Amino acid sequence: MTADAAQTTAPAGSPAEPHIEVEGLRVAFGSFVLMREVSFTVRRGDIFVIMGGSGCGKSTLLKVLTGLIAPAEGLIRYHGRDFTRAGPKDRAEIMRGVGILYQGGALWSSMTLAENVAMPLEQYTSLGRAEVRELAALKLALVGLAGFEDFYPAQISGGMRKRAGLARALALDPGIVFFDEPSAGLDPVSAKLLDDLIIEIRESLGTTIVVVTHELASIFAIGTNGIFLDVDARTVVAQGSPAAMLAQGQPTVVRFLTRDGSDASGRSKECA
Amino acid sequence: MLSIPPAISHACLDDALVVTLHGVWNIADRTGTPRLPPEVLASCGARVLRFRTDALGGWDSSLLACVTAIVRAARAQGMDADVSGLPDGLRRLTGLALAVPEREGARRDAPPEGLLAAIGRAALALPASLRGILAFIGEVCLAAVSLARGKAAFRRRDFLLLLQETGSDALPIVSLISFLVGLILAFVGAVQLRLFGAQIYVASLVAIAMVRVMGAIMTGIIMSGRTGAAFAAELGSMQVNEELDALTTLGVSPVEHLVLPRMLALVIMMPLLTLWADLMGMLGGLTVGVAMLDLGFLEYLQATRDALTLTNLWIGLVHAAVFGALVALCGCLQGMACGRSASAVGKAATSAVVTGIVSIVVATAIITVLCDIMGI
Repeated sequence: MTADAAQTTAPAGSPAEPHIEVEGLRVAFGSFVLMREVSFTVRRGDIFVIMGGSGCGKSTLLKVLTGLIAPAEGLIRYHGRDFTRAGPKDRAEIMRGVGILYQGGALWSSMTLAENVAMPLEQYTSLGRAEVRELAALKLALVGLAGFEDFYPAQISGGMRKRAGLARALALDPGIVFFDEPSAGLDPVSAKLLDDLIIEIRESLGTTIVVVTHELASIFAIGTNGIFLDVDARTVVAQGSPAAMLAQGQPTVVRFLTRDGSDASGRSKECA
Repeated sequence: MLSIPPAISHACLDDALVVTLHGVWNIADRTGTPRLPPEVLASCGARVLRFRTDALGGWDSSLLACVTAIVRAARAQGMDADVSGLPDGLRRLTGLALAVPEREGARRDAPPEGLLAAIGRAALALPASLRGILAFIGEVCLAAVSLARGKAAFRRRDFLLLLQETGSDALPIVSLISFLVGLILAFVGAVQLRLFGAQIYVASLVAIAMVRVMGAIMTGIIMSGRTGAAFAAELGSMQVNEELDALTTLGVSPVEHLVLPRMLALVIMMPLLTLWADLMGMLGGLTVGVAMLDLGFLEYLQATRDALTLTNLWIGLVHAAVFGALVALCGCLQGMACGRSASAVGKAATSAVVTGIVSIVVATAIITVLCDIMGI
C-alpha cells in the first residue's frame, strides 16, 4: 500500500457524494475564539486529513464534529442531515454510523477487549450473546489482536490499545471513522502499520475516514484531501490534497509540510 | 583544576567592556557562582561587550546563565555583544538562548491577587458551580426515571461488583469503627451515670445513640472516605482517558451507565451496613458494661431491648439511605467534573470526601429538625 495507491483510488471526475459538510463553524470558549469560519466538505471515500500545528484546535474540531462540544455558530451535516440542531435521538442515530478512535484508545478500563468491542453491538443491535462475542472476536482479529479477547486494556501495550480502540470504532461497520492523532506515541513501524490499516479499511469497506494528525509521513502516505488549520489566522488557510496544498504556496503550510523551522519566531507562535 | 573557584572580573578598555571568566563553573557548587554587578554596564559607558576565557577551566549551565544575563542586559543598554571570545559550545548555546525574543505577556509576573479580588472571584464562580450541581442532580433524576420505566441500562455484572465493593468489602472497617464508637459512648456515659448508680442506663444510651443516628453517621463518613473518593478517582481517570467521551459519542449516557449503578449500590448497601454497625456498636457497649461496670450479660441485653423502639431503627435506616445517595452523588459529581490531568483526579477525590462529609452532617441536622417537628 503506497501513497500512489491511495491517490489513484481517490474519486476522480464527478465528485462523490458529500458525507460531512461543515459551514461557517465558529468555536469559542467564553470570549476566546478558537476558530472561526471553518468550512469544508468530506466526500465519500476520502481520507480527509485535518492538520495544523500544536494547539490550533485540531482535536477540539474533532470533538465539535462528534457532538461533544457545541459550536458557537455554524452548521454540520452528516449525509445531508443537520447534526448541530438535531435532537438527542437523531444525534444518536447519526453517531451510530460514525466510529471514533481516540488518541489513547479510550478503552473502558473495567472491561476486557472483547467486552469493549461488544459494547456498541449490545447497545445498537439485538444480537444474541454468542453472536456478539463472535463479532467482537472477528473485529479484534481484523486489527491483529486475535486471542487477546480476555485481556484488560491495562495489560496490553499502547499500540495494541490503539488497535483495540480501532476494532471498537469499527464494531458497527460505520460509514465514517474519525482518528485522533493515530500515530501519536507509536514507533515509526507501528505508525506505518496503522496507516496501512487505515488505507486497508477504506479500500475494503469503502469507509470515509477523517484523520486529525500532524505526522508528516502519515499526511502524505494516506491523505487524499484535507484542510490546514492555522494557529494565528484561527481558520482554514489551505484545502485540498497534501500535494495541492504544498503547491498553493501558503507560507505557513509550506513550512509545515516541508519541516522548515528556519523562521525562528515561529517557535514562539505555538499557541498556548 | 577542581580547586579553582569560579570568578568574574571586568575592565573598561576604551570603548569596550571586557569581561574575564576564570576558574571552574559548576552548577553543583554550593557556594554559588559569581555574577557581574549590574551597575558595571552603565558606569563603564562602553559600546562593545567582549569576553575573555583564557583562564576558564570547566563550565556548565551556571556559566551559560551568567553569560546570557550579561549579554541580555548589554543589549538592553544598546551595546553590541561580541561573543567570539567564548568557547565554541558556550557561544552556540548563548545564541540559542537569545534567538527567540522573550514572548510578551508570557511571563506571569502579575502581582498576586488580593484578598478582595479572590473573594470576588470565588463569589462570581459560585452561581456557575451551583448551576452545574443542579444540572447534575437533574440528570441523575431523569436517569432514575428512565431506570424505573425499564429503559436505562447498565451492565448487571458491573452492578454486582459495585454491590460487593461498597458492601461486603467495607464490613471489616465498619465493624472496627462502630465497635469502638460503641465502646467510647459506653465509657463516656458510664463515668457520668456511675455518679448516681445508674450504670444500667449505659445500655439504653448506647443502643439509642447508635441505632438512631451514630451508626448511620459513622458508616456514612467511612463510606465517604472509602467509596466516595474511589468513585471520584475512578470517574475522574475515565474522564482523563476520554473513556467518558467514548461513552457519550456511542449514545450511552455516562450518568445512566456509571452514576446510576453506583448510586443504587450505595443506597442499597448503606442501610445494610448501618444495621451491622448498630449491632457492632451495641456489642462495644456490652463489652464495657459487662467487663467494667459489673452488669450482667442478660441484664444488659434486656435493658437494650427495653430502650430500643422500631421508630429509632427506621429513622437510622432513613439516615443511612440518604447518606448513601449523598456520598455517591458527591463522588460521582466530582469525578464527572474532573479536569483532564493527574492532579485534577487527586483534587476530585479530595473534594468528593470533603463535600461528602459536609453534606452528611448537614443532612443529619435537617433530618433531626424534621423528626423533631413531626414529633418522632
